[in-house]
Amino acid sequence: MTNRLYEKAYEAANACVQCGYCLPACPTYASMGKESASPRGRIHLVKMAAEGKIDVLRDLRPPIDLCLGCRACEAVCPLNVRYGKILEAAREEIVVQQSARPAPGDRLTRMLLKNVFPHPGRLRRLGDLGRFLQVSGLLRLVRFPGANRLLPERLTYFAKALPAIPPAGERLRFGHVYPAKGKRKARVALFAGCVMDAVMFRIHRATVSLLTAVGAEVAVPAGQCCCGALHLHQGMTDEARKLARRNIEAFERCEADWIAGNAGGCGAAIKEYGRLFADDPEWTARARRLAGKLKDISEILLELGPLPFVNGPETVVTYQDSCHLLNVQRVGRAPRVLLEQVPGVRLAEMEGADRCCGSGGIYNLLHFSESMAILDEKMERVRETGAEVVISGNPGCILQLQIGIERAGASRRMRSVHLAEFLAERCGL
Amino acid sequence: MGMEKQAVWLKDLFDIFPKERVLTDLADRHAYSFDASMGEYLPVAVVQPQSKEQIQRLVRLANSHRIPLYPRGSASSLSGGPLPVYGGVVVDMSAYPKRLTIDTENMLAIATPSVITAELHRKAEEAGLFYPPDPSSSSVSTLGGNLMENAGGPKGLKYGTTKDYVIGLEVVTPTGEIIRTGGKTVKNVTGYDLTRLLVGSEGTLGIVTEAILRLIPKPRARRTVMAAFPRFEDSGYALTRILGAQILPSAMEVMDEYCIRAVEEYEPSGLPLDAEAILIIEVDGHPAAVEEEAAQCEAICREHGAALVRAAATAEEQAQIWKARRLISPAIARLGPTKISEDATVPRGRIPDMMKRLRQIREKYRLNLVVFGHAGDGNLHPNILTDRRNAEEMARVEKAIGEIFAAAIELGGTLSGEHGIGLMKKPFMEMELGKEGVDMMRKIKEAWDPNNIMNPGKIFPDRNEADR
Repeated sequence: MTNRLYEKAYEAANACVQCGYCLPACPTYASMGKESASPRGRIHLVKMAAEGKIDVLRDLRPPIDLCLGCRACEAVCPLNVRYGKILEAAREEIVVQQSARPAPGDRLTRMLLKNVFPHPGRLRRLGDLGRFLQVSGLLRLVRFPGANRLLPERLTYFAKALPAIPPAGERLRFGHVYPAKGKRKARVALFAGCVMDAVMFRIHRATVSLLTAVGAEVAVPAGQCCCGALHLHQGMTDEARKLARRNIEAFERCEADWIAGNAGGCGAAIKEYGRLFADDPEWTARARRLAGKLKDISEILLELGPLPFVNGPETVVTYQDSCHLLNVQRVGRAPRVLLEQVPGVRLAEMEGADRCCGSGGIYNLLHFSESMAILDEKMERVRETGAEVVISGNPGCILQLQIGIERAGASRRMRSVHLAEFLAERCGL
Repeated sequence: MGMEKQAVWLKDLFDIFPKERVLTDLADRHAYSFDASMGEYLPVAVVQPQSKEQIQRLVRLANSHRIPLYPRGSASSLSGGPLPVYGGVVVDMSAYPKRLTIDTENMLAIATPSVITAELHRKAEEAGLFYPPDPSSSSVSTLGGNLMENAGGPKGLKYGTTKDYVIGLEVVTPTGEIIRTGGKTVKNVTGYDLTRLLVGSEGTLGIVTEAILRLIPKPRARRTVMAAFPRFEDSGYALTRILGAQILPSAMEVMDEYCIRAVEEYEPSGLPLDAEAILIIEVDGHPAAVEEEAAQCEAICREHGAALVRAAATAEEQAQIWKARRLISPAIARLGPTKISEDATVPRGRIPDMMKRLRQIREKYRLNLVVFGHAGDGNLHPNILTDRRNAEEMARVEKAIGEIFAAAIELGGTLSGEHGIGLMKKPFMEMELGKEGVDMMRKIKEAWDPNNIMNPGKIFPDRNEADR
């Protein structure tokens, strides 16, 4: 039992010399102020569990559950310890042991991840339901004072922060190719994802407009699905592997020069598909090939640009790094360079822009109060910049920051948008 | 220590601290069982004091129940300083309230022990001032930890170490008194210099709750020179000549051939693979002086056979040179998962002899032993890369470490330049200080801490009856 964890994670965990250089980078160490909430502490606990000195469910699970998975620790580690791998192995082991006695919350999460997220059609219907609730005004009921007593606090915040869902007809069509404007410079396949495709597809629209504007032909391969990151983070490695295979097949058929990602977390998951098939050289090779083609939209726009900006109002913006875009894909410069090119825009850097906002996939749903402690601190840093627009490159961060804006009572003077949406606005697209 | 007795005082901790500041979960206890050295000891509980009064009450409780207390900063110690070797209570001072005041008029900093060293560096620089002690862990280490271990770093030769900057302390003593030592003046000869006694006492004589630190004007310019020598001895001659030319570099780092190869294999940057030594020399001060001195350093290195000399003026060029030094850690980590980092220090002139001895030890015990360090002050860092799961190799490692200590002392040096004695070097104390020397230190410890509750099990060699 413990040997499974030993085999999967011990080698990687044992590479940590516990120097502590990761401590200043860790958002949960900062907010919780104890060593079991630090990367070094968590790695040590994985080691202890692998050695059988502590219990996986009773002792290891709480500190592992409270990790955001932002992987800022990996970016600063002087020894390149693979924290992501250690974390995944621990989560997987927790799921295996937990499956004997699942908690009600786990069951619901897992049911959704297994039966809803892998199916774009089902997700789209949920998205349409969301639009109905928004348009009919039913969702506005959460703004009434009494609603707080009926609904958990976290859900009322999510309902308020959710951007307006456009009509279903505006969704991208799977299997469709959007031609380049002017001379065709490249063929790009867009990764649509799950939540982005079902609910936040306005960002996809903006992404396609920008890419075609700089001369990319954009294909939206049919057969693609959720990247599997959420599953992996919940320790459902088998599910993640199934989804990865479907995506690898769908994108191989498309034969694009690049795969464009506009969600930092999904892009990072695809970049690391190779790790899922450690025992299978053929799938590993296919996964690596796919990963090699993946680029964040900001990188592609910078390479094919310049974008056709139009004059717009003077605006102060700030950019929040998506952890997985920065720490796993190592993309931090391109979005900033693009923002600095926009006429009338001043990019005001916030202190700690590279620190997690507390979104962490569905961490904010599962660990609401811990997440809000990190978010409220983040919003202080945002406020200091005087920005009217908070820009990010990942749907989870955008929602989380909008929740932060709602909590700060600043929704009249500030909004949170995706980089693509903001750039498209400023190109008049 | 029976279970029943333990339960009695465990309950008492909650009378002193709010319950969120007493950690007793198994996971939390394990998370405070280690530092950056190899040891691992499980405490009974961890507390996070928020005031000196809480610490005072804790210390009094510890005296009445004989509870071992283990004060700790960020636990980046390489000598086992904060390890709770007899269980007891880890006192997590990294969670103590952080207060830092820069007094520009008197060129002082007044800080609580939880302030991170790099934060002091930043705040001092904002005021045009400078706090030189710069251990490589400065981005995580606490000032409290630095003080207790008397931390050094690459700037020791020109600027000294932590002890040269601490002029006043507020301390909770091992018997629970709150005392102040020194003060806000650089000159102070009122009574014994307890400040100096406490700095470097490895947490055995009390828990610091405030420190007064001296700052100096920030040097206006800085230049860096890197030189690669085909023969190790030549790097030593070059070093002596530079100092002989009345140049006092702010840093003089050396790396040996095994480091060079490891770094170059890890990330090729054009370091010569046939070099036996690389020196990185940094001079700081007035811009005009710095320029002249850097040119002189370059010329001297060339005269002494350096095959490659690189000079850096801009910040980026400097960063490029320091990168080679920074890459040592990840590069040598690939030689083995367990890293044992020593800091035996010899008089500067004996560095070539020490290098020769280290090479012999490397060959005799067939180990991955690499050497880098602060050549200017004779503070070398022999690092052994091994695997703690390999019992046979660990036995050789232990013997090799003993021989490294013996060599340093024979050459007129010391067991530890900056990491502290902690656990691993305890048995060698008499070798350096003699029985009488160790006894004198022990008497001080016994006078301050009659019940031996403050970081017991450190520094002093175990007696027959052990410390407890």
